[in-house]
Amino acid sequence: MKATFLASVGIVAATAVALTGCSGGESGGGGGGSEAASCTNTVVNAEAPQVTVWAWYPGFDQVVDTFNNANDDVQICWTNAGQGNDEYTKFSTSIESGSGAPDVIQLESEVLSSFTIRDALVDLTEFGANDVEGDYAEGAWEDASSGDAVYAIPVDGGPMGMLYRQDIFDAAGIEVPTTWEEFEAAAQTLKASGDGAVMADFPTNGRAFNQALFAQAGSVPFEYDSANPQEIGINVNDDGAKKVLEYWEGLVKDGLVATDDAFTADYNTKLVDGSYAVYLAAAWGPGYLQGLSDADPTAVWRAAPLPQWDAANPVQVNWGGSTFAVTEQASDKELAAKVAMGIFGNEEGMNLGVDAGALFPSYAPVLESDEFATKEYEFFGGQQINRDVFLDAAAGYEGATFSPFQNYAYDQLTVQIYAMVQGEKDASQALDDLQASLEQYATEQGFTLT
Amino acid sequence: MATTTAPTSSHRAEAHQPVKHRPDRNYRRRQRWGWLFVAPFALIFLTFLVLPLVFAFRMSLFTSTLATGDRFVGFANYAKAFTDPLFLDGLLTVAKFGLIMIPAQMIVALIAALVLDNLATWASKFSRLMIFIPYAVPVVIGALMWGFLYSPRFGPASTVFALFGAEAPNFLAQDSIFGSLVNIVTWQWAGYYMIIIYAALRGIDPGIYEAAVLDGASDRQIATRIKVPMISSSLVMVVIFALIGTLQFFTEPQVLRGVAQGAIPTDYTPNMYAFSLAFSYSQFNYASAISFALGIVVFVFSFFFLFLTRKQSGLK
Repeated sequence: MKATFLASVGIVAATAVALTGCSGGESGGGGGGSEAASCTNTVVNAEAPQVTVWAWYPGFDQVVDTFNNANDDVQICWTNAGQGNDEYTKFSTSIESGSGAPDVIQLESEVLSSFTIRDALVDLTEFGANDVEGDYAEGAWEDASSGDAVYAIPVDGGPMGMLYRQDIFDAAGIEVPTTWEEFEAAAQTLKASGDGAVMADFPTNGRAFNQALFAQAGSVPFEYDSANPQEIGINVNDDGAKKVLEYWEGLVKDGLVATDDAFTADYNTKLVDGSYAVYLAAAWGPGYLQGLSDADPTAVWRAAPLPQWDAANPVQVNWGGSTFAVTEQASDKELAAKVAMGIFGNEEGMNLGVDAGALFPSYAPVLESDEFATKEYEFFGGQQINRDVFLDAAAGYEGATFSPFQNYAYDQLTVQIYAMVQGEKDASQALDDLQASLEQYATEQGFTLT
Repeated sequence: MATTTAPTSSHRAEAHQPVKHRPDRNYRRRQRWGWLFVAPFALIFLTFLVLPLVFAFRMSLFTSTLATGDRFVGFANYAKAFTDPLFLDGLLTVAKFGLIMIPAQMIVALIAALVLDNLATWASKFSRLMIFIPYAVPVVIGALMWGFLYSPRFGPASTVFALFGAEAPNFLAQDSIFGSLVNIVTWQWAGYYMIIIYAALRGIDPGIYEAAVLDGASDRQIATRIKVPMISSSLVMVVIFALIGTLQFFTEPQVLRGVAQGAIPTDYTPNMYAFSLAFSYSQFNYASAISFALGIVVFVFSFFFLFLTRKQSGLK
C-alpha cells in the first residue's frame, strides 16, 4: 500500500527491460553460455540457435527435453512466465516496451485477437502453417486463425462435458441428466433429498465458462476479423445468452446451485469434497480434479456429455484451450515458427503432453488415435471418458470468435453476473448493461460498431 | 518509510549552499567530493524514480487506443480522468476507507502506546514486540493470510460461530468486504504507528510528569492533557502516513480480489484501476494519467492536512 504506484510502474518497466534484455533480444543468435542460465531446461546442443518459449503446461519440461534431443539445428530455451493472465500481463508489458517478449508463447485462443490487434503476433501462413492445417481439429484451427491469417498453432482444446458424482446421484435417486430441463429437475430432487450438496456451482467469475454456456444456446457475442481490425460487432445480449443466464438465474434464486467464485482454494476443495454433485468441465477438468487435495475418498466420479437445450440437435462448446504463437519480437521468425509447429506437432511430443500434462490434444494424429479414444481413466473407475464424452464434444465444436479486448469483456461479465446474483438486476438487464458497457468501451477505443 | 530519513540529509545539503562562498579552490574541491558521496543515491534516485516519473508523465500526454494507435492529446487524459466515474467512485471508496481506517489505526496505536509507556515491566517489552509483529509480515503475505482466515471453508469463523449455534457471516461478501479490509490494514499498521508514538512518548522529560503529579493530576489527566499534546507532531506525521497510504490503497484489495472477485471489482480503488488499465487492458497512457491524477489528489489532501495542522506539527 505504501509503494507509490507510479514508481512501481517505472521500476517494473525498467527491470523488465533489464532482466529480459539478455534473454529475448539475441535468442536467435549463437546460443552463448550466458543465455543458457535463463532457461529452465538444460540446452542439449549448445551450438544450435535457440528459440525462447514461454509456456505453463504441466509436465512441459519432458516435452522440451524430447524436442531438444530430437533437434540438432534448433534448441528450446523454456521459461514458465506464469499461468494465463500472469503471463499475458508480462507479455503485454514487453509489447509496450518493445523488447523482452519470447520468440514463441503459449496463448489461450480467446486472447489471440487481443494481441494481434497490437501487432504482436506473426501471421504464420508465410512460414507454412497452411500445410499443417490438416493435422489439427477443425474448431481448434478456426480459433487460432482469423480470416486468411493463422496466428497460432493449436495445442490443446477444452471441449465441455459433465463430470458428476455417481454416488451422490445414486443416493438421491437421480438419473444422469441429458438436457438442461432434466438438470434442473435433478437439482430439485437433490435439494429435496437433504443431502447437503448442491447440483453445481455457477461462478460469477466463470469468464470463458459462462461464455461457453451461452454459446451452447447459440449466442455469438462478437464478430471480429483481424483483416478489418477497426470494426467489431458486439451482441453479448443476444437471445442465446439471455436464455442461458435466465435459466441460471432461476437456479440461483431457488438455491439449487452455488455461486462460489471459481479458482479459489475454497472452490477447489468444494469441487472434490462432495459440496457439488456436478462439475461442468472442459476436457482439462479431469486432470485439474485429480490434482486437488482434500478429496472425498469415497467419491465415485463419472463423466457424461454436457446437458443440451435440445436433445435432438446437440450443440458442443469449448472452454479454454491453448496455442503456440510466434511474437513479432522474435529475431528469427521462421525458426520460431518451426518450433511452434514442432513442439506438439508430432506424436511423441503430443503423447507426452497427454500423459504428463493431461492435455486434450488438438493434433489430429493423436486425437484420432485408438489409443487416445480407449484410454482408461482410473479416477473415473476405468471409464473411457474420451470416447464416451470429449471426443464427440470436440468433433462437434465449430470454433468461436473472441473480441480484441476479451479480458475487459470478461471482467465486465463478472461485474454484471455478480450484480444479478446479488439481486440488483435480472439476467436480461445484466446482459443489456454488459452490452452497453462494451459498446461504450469499443467506441472509446476507436472501433466502429457493426 | 525509509524516506523518513531523507529530510534530514537534504537539510544538511541545503545548509551548505546558502553560504555566500568565495569561490576558492579548496571549497570547490570539497564540493566535488560532496557530489561523489551523493552520486550513488542520486543515480538510483534518478534512474528509478525521476526518470520513470518523467516517462510516465510523457505517456500520460498521449493517447493510444486499441484500434487507432498513438496520438498526442495534451491534457485530455486528465480531463477524462477527473470526469471518469470509475476513477471518482474509486476516490470516494478510498475517502470512505480514510474516514474509518485512519481513526481506527490512530486510536489503537495511541492507546497501545500510552499503556505501554506506563508499564515498566517485561510485559511491556513483550507486548510492544507482539503489537509490532504484524508490521513485520509482508503486506502481501498478511493479506493472503487474512484471505484464508476469512474463508468460509478454512477460516476459524465457522467453527467459532458454530459453538453458539450461529452461522458465520461471509467476510468476503459485498456488504462485509469493507470492514474486512479495514481490519487487515488496522492489524498491519497499528503496530508501526504505535512504535512511532511510543518513541515520541519516551522523548518527553519525565520531570514534567512529576510536576503534574505534585499538582494533583491523575494518570488519565497526564495522558490526555500532557502526553497527547506533547506528541502532537508525531500524531500529525502518523496521520499523514496513514492518509497517503489509504489514498494509494492497493495491495490488500488486490490480493483479496483473488478470493472475492465479485465484491472487489478491478476499479475498486484508483490505484487498482490504474493497474488494471495498464496491465490488463493495455491502456498504458490513460493509466499513467490516472496515476498522476491520483498523485495530484494525494498531494492536495496531504498539503491541506499539513496546512491545517501546521501548529501541531511544528511546521510553523
